[in-house]
Amino acid sequence: MDKKYLIPILLSYVAILAALYFAFIYAPTERTMGDVQRIFYFHVPSAWVSFLAFFVVCIASIAFLRTGKESWDILAASSAEIGVLFITIVLITGPMWAKPVWNTFWTWDARLTTSFILWLIYIAYLMLRSYVHDKERGARFAAVFGIIGFLDVPIVYMSIRWWRTLHPAPVMGGKEGSGLAPEMLMTLMICLGAFTILFATLLFLRYKTGMVATEFERLKIKIHS
Amino acid sequence: MTGLKQILTIVQKDLILEMRSKEIIVSMLVFSLIVVAVFNFIFDPGSEQIRTTAPGILWIAIIFASNLGLSRSFAREHENAHMQGILLCPVDRSLLYIAKVIGNIIFITIVEIISLPVMVVLFDLDLHGVLPLLLLVLFLGTLGFAGVGTLFSTISANTKSREVMLPILLFPVTIPIILAASKSTSYLLAGRDISQIWSWMRILIIFDVIFLVVCFLLYEYVLEE
Repeated sequence: MDKKYLIPILLSYVAILAALYFAFIYAPTERTMGDVQRIFYFHVPSAWVSFLAFFVVCIASIAFLRTGKESWDILAASSAEIGVLFITIVLITGPMWAKPVWNTFWTWDARLTTSFILWLIYIAYLMLRSYVHDKERGARFAAVFGIIGFLDVPIVYMSIRWWRTLHPAPVMGGKEGSGLAPEMLMTLMICLGAFTILFATLLFLRYKTGMVATEFERLKIKIHS
Repeated sequence: MTGLKQILTIVQKDLILEMRSKEIIVSMLVFSLIVVAVFNFIFDPGSEQIRTTAPGILWIAIIFASNLGLSRSFAREHENAHMQGILLCPVDRSLLYIAKVIGNIIFITIVEIISLPVMVVLFDLDLHGVLPLLLLVLFLGTLGFAGVGTLFSTISANTKSREVMLPILLFPVTIPIILAASKSTSYLLAGRDISQIWSWMRILIIFDVIFLVVCFLLYEYVLEE
């Protein structure tokens, strides 16, 4: 395998192994929640990576509309796919953790609701990409939607928070941040780092694949003409 | 021609077209009344529950009907290649967006003006003293929804299954507008304090401004080159 692919793959392999060690062995068991709290070390980094991925979609979309370069479009598409993957992990690990701790799978809290809407928006983004005949126009549509979708994130969050503060919900207790033990904080940081490396690797590989696919299409047209 | 005159000409063209076929407004109206009727069966007739959910039902009827109207109006332009005709005219593209938004607001408002009295009768609502504010809330909600809807229906008109694509793009992104509009309406109808109503209306206005500015700036990218 080419060295330029091997290094990031090995790096994320080591980082994820370290994250597993810290999350399952190094980090102490939480006193009230027990072992289920360890989901935290995968749940939060996945959320972080999905936000990062959608931020990349937004930036790449703006760059695409300004320059018209196809590579920006491929970067946006790659990042959106990875973002949807990680936000799906967030939405699966969330209820798994919430059920034993909050005694409910779901609550319409600002963070949960925003993640769910975000998931819907970027599923729509991926659908839009595959539903347009004309590739060049499709890329512009996707870019416009990618920008609005990301700008929508703080707006959705704000509106849901307003909605919940006006209708006080039962107090769920400090979910995180409230006096996290130093070992736990350390583990969280390592997992955040590992997931970011994993994201960068996946994005790089997906982007390269996208570039090759585009090049392949171009060559195919060239042969036929 | 000045900008204002150009906008009015395009709006007039849409209205004349609709007056001849009556296709969009009639289908929107029938649809919104059906939604109101169907929701009536979900709850016990005459129960207190239905009066508290009436504002929500009103907005569901409006956004479903608007969705139908928006996708019809742009599909029509697409089928008869109206859009190419308009793009050939020496009209600034951002003015085209404003004209389209105004046209869509007019269609939706007509539907609202007819459905609202029907709802008042069916759900026994008391509009005494709140009608001017209610109309303002309806207008603000319609403005935001039509603003985003105009951009997205231009996109979805160029996709494979346009009737499906529009709500998938439009609903998740406009959740903040729908939330703020339906909250303002329900506080208004419940006779809440003016400061509480105003707090939601203020949010609605802020969202309208943000969405309209962003959609206005991005509209030229979704039009054909």
